[in-house]
Amino acid sequence: MTAARTAATARRVVQQLQHDHRTVALILVVPCVLMGLLAWMLSSADFNQYGAPLLGIFPLIVMFLTTSVATLRERESGTLERLLSMPIAKVDFVFGYALAFGLLGVVQALVVSGLAVGPFGLDVAGPTWALIVVAVVDALLGTALGLFVSAFAKTEFQAVQFMPALILPQLLLCGIVVPRDELPTVLRWVSDLLPMSYAVDAMTEVMTSSAVTAEFWLNVGIVALFMAVGLALGAGTLRRRTP
Amino acid sequence: MTAESQAVVCQDLRVVRGGVAVLPGLTAHVASGRITGLLGPSGSGKTTLIRSIVGVQQVASGTVSVLGMPAGSAELRSRVAYVTQDASVYADLTVAQNVGYFASVLGAPACDVDRVIGEVGLGGREGDRVGRLSGGERSRVSLAVALLGAPEVLVLDEPTVGLDPVLRRDLWAMFGELAASGLTLLVSSHVMDEASRCDDLMLLRDGQLLAHDSVAAILASTSCSDIESAFLSLVEGGS
Repeated sequence: MTAARTAATARRVVQQLQHDHRTVALILVVPCVLMGLLAWMLSSADFNQYGAPLLGIFPLIVMFLTTSVATLRERESGTLERLLSMPIAKVDFVFGYALAFGLLGVVQALVVSGLAVGPFGLDVAGPTWALIVVAVVDALLGTALGLFVSAFAKTEFQAVQFMPALILPQLLLCGIVVPRDELPTVLRWVSDLLPMSYAVDAMTEVMTSSAVTAEFWLNVGIVALFMAVGLALGAGTLRRRTP
Repeated sequence: MTAESQAVVCQDLRVVRGGVAVLPGLTAHVASGRITGLLGPSGSGKTTLIRSIVGVQQVASGTVSVLGMPAGSAELRSRVAYVTQDASVYADLTVAQNVGYFASVLGAPACDVDRVIGEVGLGGREGDRVGRLSGGERSRVSLAVALLGAPEVLVLDEPTVGLDPVLRRDLWAMFGELAASGLTLLVSSHVMDEASRCDDLMLLRDGQLLAHDSVAAILASTSCSDIESAFLSLVEGGS
């Protein structure tokens, strides 16, 4: 791999986003509106409980969808085949996407958490930057998962269907609906294997303790590990030779 | 013919796609520094042969070597340029952004971007989004990408589809200049009248090589005055 090719790929993905104002606007505005809706309908104690995990879940879902459709498009349009016939390493391609969407994740996290903590009155015990860290790691996890599943989709319709298949079970088991230690034992084990559980745990740590704890970094580290495995698997699904 | 004069050598190449043996066992070569036309009806295996030469096709058996190395070798990735049938460029980027990105991937110098855009006649259109260009202009952007850097072998799958006659003439003139400067070109087409622009012809039908010779030799051996009738006479003679 080379830094130049990774950077060129990231720059190209950002350029594509720059031409697609509507997608960027949706990525930035929709989470803000939903967050506002939550702040409006929930009591402030409930908003703290549900709002904070959502700060981490939005980037995951959004980047998952964007990446899986974007990568699928590359496979369908022949640009991926052309790139892989050129001197680019598979990790250059994968890291390029991760960098670009990680950057978008930073912007999204800044905007949404800025609004949540400011006007919407989310009461965070820990530092705000820790919220951003979790949101960005989640964005990267979404990118990694999106890259991986796009290998198993033949159409954009199929790619979009992977969202409820892979993300909704994590949402149900991550502790927002039922606290994780109150889940039936088997489901508790399953939730221990899902990355979103750790993302939500990390968010909860920031919400409840004023200092940045080792527990926080452990959870962030686990999410980052899932992301690294996802990116490696994603790179593994890229084939220079196809049938 | 010596090994050095052959840029591409296929030996007993067998490719199966979707359960069908598209190439049942093809042995062929492409001469260096010449324009070889790969002609045949749609479905004859032209694209599959081209994909095998570029190294993006899964091959059942047989060998393909390009510039003395197995097709698809890492070293060949900057020496062999490939233009797919559909323009493989990003519709949501401008002409310059597309060419610029592929130039970075190939490690081509920055000045190459303006050069190749000029060579395909898109000078002045650098800032236009590719998705808003016509089909012919889009395939020229794709061709511009293939001219980046210094490829030694240029493999073009139906590069002139959808182009007007003036542009087709200009492109063939450019292919001639590239071959004169030492490049090897393999150009597929189902338009038989483009055959006269080539040095050598490969006539492909149902994955079999019907004929492979210079244009003059094929016309002489079939006693035909044009390639289309030569092709028909070879098909009928064979059946």
